[in-house]
Amino acid sequence: MNAPEKAQSAIGASVRRKEDYRFLTGGGKYTDDVTLPGQSYAYFVRSPHAHAKILKINKSAALKAPGVIAVYTGDDTAADKMGGLPCGWLIKDVKGEPMKEPPHPPLAQGKVRHVGDQVAVIIAETYNQAKDAAELLEVDYDVLPAVVDAVEALKPGAPQVHDGAPNNRCYLWSLGDKAATDAAFAKAHHVTKIDITNNRLIPNAIEPRAALAHYNRADESYTLYVANQNPHVERLLMTAFVLGLPEHKVRVIAPDVGGGFGSKIFLYAEDVIVTWASKKVNRPVKWTADRSEAFLSDAHGRDHHTHAELAMDKDGKFLGLRVKTIANLGAYLSTFGSSVPTYLYGTLLAGQYTTPAIYVEVDAAFTNTTPVDAYRGAGRPEATYVLERIVSQAAREMNLDQAEIRRRNFITAFPYQTPVALMYDIGDYKSCLDKAQKLADVAGFPARRAEAEKRGKKRGLGYSTYIEACGLAPSNIAGALGARAGLFEAGEIRVHPTGSVTVFTGSHSHGQGHETTFAQVVAARLGIPVESVDVVHGDTGRMPFGMGTYGSRSIAVGGAAIMKALDKIEAKGKKIAAHLLEAAESDIEFKDGKFTVAGTDKSVPFGGVAFSAYVPHNYPLDKLEPGLNETAFYDPGNFTYPAGTHIAEVEVDPETGVVQIVNFSAVDDFGNIINPMIVEGQVHGGLAQGIGQAMLENCVYDQETGQLLTGSYMDYAMPRAADLPSFKVDTHVTPCTHNPLGVKGCGEAGAIGSPPAVVNAVIDALAPLGVKHLEMPLTPERVWRAIQGKPTKVA
Amino acid sequence: MYAFEFHRPKSVSEAAALLAKSKGKLIAGGQSLVGAMKLRLASPENLVDLGGVAELRGIKREGNAIVIGAGTRHAEVAASKDVQSSIPALAALAGGIGDRQVRNMGTIGGSLANNDPAADYPAAVLGLGATIRTNKRTIAADDFFKGMYETALAPDELITAVSFPAPKKAAYIKFRNPASRFALVGVFVSQDASGVRVAVTGAGSAGVFRATALEQALAKNFSPDAVKGIKVDTAKLNTDLHATAEYRAHLITVLAGRAVAKASS
Ligand SMILES: Cc1cc2nc3c(=O)[nH]c(=O)nc-3n(C[C@H](O)[C@H](O)[C@H](O)COP(=O)(O)OP(=O)(O)OC[C@H]3O[C@@H](n4cnc5c(N)ncnc54)[C@H](O)[C@@H]3O)c2cc1C
Repeated sequence: MNAPEKAQSAIGASVRRKEDYRFLTGGGKYTDDVTLPGQSYAYFVRSPHAHAKILKINKSAALKAPGVIAVYTGDDTAADKMGGLPCGWLIKDVKGEPMKEPPHPPLAQGKVRHVGDQVAVIIAETYNQAKDAAELLEVDYDVLPAVVDAVEALKPGAPQVHDGAPNNRCYLWSLGDKAATDAAFAKAHHVTKIDITNNRLIPNAIEPRAALAHYNRADESYTLYVANQNPHVERLLMTAFVLGLPEHKVRVIAPDVGGGFGSKIFLYAEDVIVTWASKKVNRPVKWTADRSEAFLSDAHGRDHHTHAELAMDKDGKFLGLRVKTIANLGAYLSTFGSSVPTYLYGTLLAGQYTTPAIYVEVDAAFTNTTPVDAYRGAGRPEATYVLERIVSQAAREMNLDQAEIRRRNFITAFPYQTPVALMYDIGDYKSCLDKAQKLADVAGFPARRAEAEKRGKKRGLGYSTYIEACGLAPSNIAGALGARAGLFEAGEIRVHPTGSVTVFTGSHSHGQGHETTFAQVVAARLGIPVESVDVVHGDTGRMPFGMGTYGSRSIAVGGAAIMKALDKIEAKGKKIAAHLLEAAESDIEFKDGKFTVAGTDKSVPFGGVAFSAYVPHNYPLDKLEPGLNETAFYDPGNFTYPAGTHIAEVEVDPETGVVQIVNFSAVDDFGNIINPMIVEGQVHGGLAQGIGQAMLENCVYDQETGQLLTGSYMDYAMPRAADLPSFKVDTHVTPCTHNPLGVKGCGEAGAIGSPPAVVNAVIDALAPLGVKHLEMPLTPERVWRAIQGKPTKVA
Repeated sequence: MYAFEFHRPKSVSEAAALLAKSKGKLIAGGQSLVGAMKLRLASPENLVDLGGVAELRGIKREGNAIVIGAGTRHAEVAASKDVQSSIPALAALAGGIGDRQVRNMGTIGGSLANNDPAADYPAAVLGLGATIRTNKRTIAADDFFKGMYETALAPDELITAVSFPAPKKAAYIKFRNPASRFALVGVFVSQDASGVRVAVTGAGSAGVFRATALEQALAKNFSPDAVKGIKVDTAKLNTDLHATAEYRAHLITVLAGRAVAKASS
């Protein structure tokens, strides 16, 4: 991604990340780094069973243990009338009935539903004392049969996770025109069918979750430090639905946060319990997850089983797509768990193609597993995986080139209304594909394949032409579809008297580099150095409101809110400048940091206007308030639609099944780009995660006992640098048509586009050996078995 | 982790005495033990640290053998000129253990006493027919490993050094477990005057073992072709999340062939 030379603060310049000095010198301040006077420590006693009744809990030994301050169980939270953890999206099923929404108690009420479910909390003077006392808590369980697989859970006779959800069904949901789709299949020349699994993942942010709550008796207020991606939403859900606290008495601070990938969007039981307990014990209470707890209690991702069918005419034009997915929601509805396999999944099934009729059904099941929710991509990787796998399979069955079948079906005219609710504003899929083919040197592939063959290796090339939808919006439409929250963003620009600026944003940075990107946006607009702009985020006490960061929304929605606030700053600045320059407001132009009377050399710099606003001696006080501080809320008119082409090239050792990714090329259209270096970093990280899913990562539960078998890095395989090739990445720009920056978002694309590219490449490599199908992750044994024509045995 | 008493002896005899008296546990690099203690899977009340025992450190030549002190770090073995020139396969094996941090802390004595069924050193010790020296006796490799995490060591016995005879040819090939990066299967092959040894780690349900069928074939003809098609018995191999016994058996044969090729190159 070679950016042209740009001024240091300009949009489009690879400005070095302002936050990195802090992070690289150990100056970051994460939740666990915050220590308050009189702080106590919480340790959660978690269920060792996947499914059990709690017969009795005896606290007495634990209470007597050294250093113990309090022991609380579900009886205590019930006595205080604590509510359950709410779900943020109400899904209506095929009959228009609301989804089943069983209670999600922060501490178990008589029953535990997954290994790691919270049973009790011990609060003690030290962490070790709390942990020691936890071993003394006597809990009598009556162990029940468990079900961990969503397909099994929906079968008659399966163990029932919730009384209020018969057959473990949360909802059966559908989208699209079934009759039109059936009609399309009726006239098909050929139908391609696949059955695929989207493997369950564990998020693994480098910083485990943590929460530190403090209750102040003097004014009955609470402060919660928490590793979270959207502190305002955390506060709203916690105060309004769970604890019944006055919202203005609770301040939520999400300080430096070490990665989230979605897993820190949600309101978790531990956050609620430490907040509640801080008042009960009248001490600050800190909880920091250890890595084993993170595996058990951070919301997991993906876990779909899908049957899909693609109808084509004789030229390989797509006529219809039919998809049936079974989604695992885990034991409880996590904050956005219900929306991920529905509105974030079904709506993406048009992909980049003109398929005129699409019908999707999603059967969502409760199981005795950790709740499943949004994880980098959230629904969109699952949709892309289904679509890009079936399209590649279709090309093989139709004897068409992989790029050709895609080109024949690309959407080329915009705006484009898909049959699954979305309206794409703009894109240029052909150019991305062409550019990616050059980047990947597709022309040279046959020679590379022949050379590999000489070494006894099988080479393959795999495509994925993906689309995603970012910046979920607008609020009113999402609300009509069941969203229980707004989807806008807020921004505030505080110009200081000397002309430097503090930006307050409701977006939250936990690795994305907002402190730099957003500063660039403001600096470029105001014509001031990027060093004169600081960005503040993650504190309900400092910014007006915020919906946080998820779904690659920050620049498209948060950046737009900042631009709106800047509009107001500029408008007011013009009024002040008109007064100072004794000119009409309509004659004032603002450019390069100067307010100028059009057609003259009379001007006043931005800093001069700021100074006048705060030292209003020569100022139109009769007409204008002093000060230069503006706030704006922005609710987008549509999603943004990043899209691109990913091409993977792999080499397989047929003797062992080992797959090596030798090349990976990605050309993405993220709209306008503020900071190419940061965008490239986001793409690299996303690709690593997507390739991790394709090659390595797999969350496995024991089918009988419901124990998590991949509960540590000894068994859960994370991608490492040595597993990845040196990525070739580039961009192609079609600016978004409906937000002020023309931006689309780049955080998730890598994780969305890459898994099918990798799997398609391995199938391409092994097709000459008769391999037609493979499931992720592509472990050496799975690949070897496929080559041998043996069924997969390993988990 | 639970609280414990920490002892830091200066000599082997002092360490042995402390060990016997306290009924505690030795700690060397801590790379296996500390993890287990943090997970509360191990809870020794006394820890006897070997880090201050100078006589356990170092690598020396004794005739045709390389003798490595039990307290020698993996990184030191990997970087040793003596090991690199006499038994390059052993230096390479040490350099492939874990990551840089682990190699700078972990010791050969700790690895062998621990006898993790997927550890690398046991394959070298068995594959080279090495001798384990303790504060009480010497133990032949074939008598030392007694199953998963089990060895011939008595509770108050400590490894002082390991003596490796230099082979004519040797090579180790490690096929990594994708999660832990320990050996899913590791095969150590050596040839010298006394014969051929093929030791396998990562695969056996009772830990490291010698693949006798492969040894016999290679004794007749030390070439990659000699092992082709030999089916390793799956009865005593592991099936777990990461691989079936069937796949492990297949890999043993493939890796043995590749190790022979590497040893001969
Ligand atoms: C991230 C990670 C990756 C790893 N990867 C690998 C790998 O790829 N391959 C591999 O082989 N290993 C690997 N290991 C294990 C590593 O090699 C350990 O260092 C080794 O297994 C134990 O050595 P130690 O010196 O750290 O022993 P410690 O952990 O200190 O002790 C281990 C055991 O040995 C006993 N002990 C120690 N010294 C003696 C002695 N002289 N006599 C008798 N008993 C003794 C202790 O009492 C204890 O029971 C890895 C470890 C980690 C943390």
